[in-house]
Amino acid sequence: MARYESLLDACGGTPLIGLPRLSPTVPEGAPPVRLWAKLEDRNPTGSIKDRAALFMVRAAEEAGHLRPGDTILEPTSGNTGISLAMVAKLRGYRLVCVMPENVSTERVQLLRMYGAEIIFSPAAGGSNQAVATAKQIAAEHPDWVMLYQYGNEANARAHYETTGPELLHDLPTITHFVAGLGTTGTLMGTGRYLREKVEGIQIVAAEPRYGELVYGLRNIDEGYVPELYDAQVLSRRFSVGTRDAVLRTRQLVEVEGIFAGFSTGAILHAALAVAHEAVKAGRRADVAFVIADAGWKYLSTGAYGGTLADAENALEGQLWA
Amino acid sequence: MAIEVRIPTILRSYTGGAKVVEGTGDTLGDLLTDLDSRHGGLKGRLVTDAGALHRFVNVYVNDEDVRFLGALDAKLTDGDSVTILPAVAGGAFGFAAAAAIAQHSAAAAAIARHSAGAARVARH
Repeated sequence: MARYESLLDACGGTPLIGLPRLSPTVPEGAPPVRLWAKLEDRNPTGSIKDRAALFMVRAAEEAGHLRPGDTILEPTSGNTGISLAMVAKLRGYRLVCVMPENVSTERVQLLRMYGAEIIFSPAAGGSNQAVATAKQIAAEHPDWVMLYQYGNEANARAHYETTGPELLHDLPTITHFVAGLGTTGTLMGTGRYLREKVEGIQIVAAEPRYGELVYGLRNIDEGYVPELYDAQVLSRRFSVGTRDAVLRTRQLVEVEGIFAGFSTGAILHAALAVAHEAVKAGRRADVAFVIADAGWKYLSTGAYGGTLADAENALEGQLWA
Repeated sequence: MAIEVRIPTILRSYTGGAKVVEGTGDTLGDLLTDLDSRHGGLKGRLVTDAGALHRFVNVYVNDEDVRFLGALDAKLTDGDSVTILPAVAGGAFGFAAAAAIAQHSAAAAAIARHSAGAARVARH
């Protein structure tokens, strides 16, 4: 179907693309190992977060937490804010984003273009500063609604009801699903759905490993685990450093012509790891992974050109996923 | 050849400021015991009294989370690379702020209560 009543109706239903050049070659007579990319950049604002934003707003409307004209407050470093800004505009809400200074300028411009208001927290203070800023704003505006993507079941449900069924429909032989781990919504929702339907499916997480500056914790007890996270849903979890993420992001556009953001590079790195393991073990594998967004928003980092070391330096201290 | 262990900034007080230390052990548990003999107190920050990995600590062997490899029983071999990191959500920034507001905002708290689990695991 290619005709929709409105932009919001065009959310999801993204294509699944085979990657014949990037899939590892298997020895003669061995079972095939294939990589498949789900193009989530084909969503209305260009990222997988549109699914969660739409479901969270709808759930809040249905529960009576959101009424026309309300203000949504969202601390976000990127795509969720852009998705919420679009949904808020079309559904009649005001959006205020709290975000660190060290995000790419494209994200800031996009948010403003979609009509969001932005309050910056100083990058130097790390998460502690963000907490202080966010607490202050929330205290001053108790009527503002925060959808809280890290603990909002509608975030995971979006993927249980849409991403998961789409994948199974397009790739009934799926053996692995690989996605990024942030709020954990994509992996929890899609993972639960696929585990119910596909025996032996492997649910694989790729999480970005940032430089120390980004963490900015004073103490190990200040760590966070999103409420949505349930380790039982995952089979494996990889930590992917900046260099590997950049390398794979470049490889994806060079070899298969897919221009993605760096979080996708991290996901591809994990997908290739499980694909190569399957080749070694002589097992058939259909590895589906998520293209979380396209690369446009990250061009200003300069990390698509130059040496890997240059790119690593360019992304140092930035939230690239 | 030994096992290389990367220490996060917040735990370098136990390693005399060293970013990377070396140790030996057949399992992660053995390795941490070995490290503790030279960097007293380190193990206590990573492992709870009940003998499990601390909730807010993630340990990776060759970039893979040990919780999916047997946790403290995860097998190690010489030449492995172990990375210790505080547990933070991807884009820790947003999460830290969101978790803080959730405690402040009635609406967010209500939404969190509606969500699966509802247990608040973020701490501040």
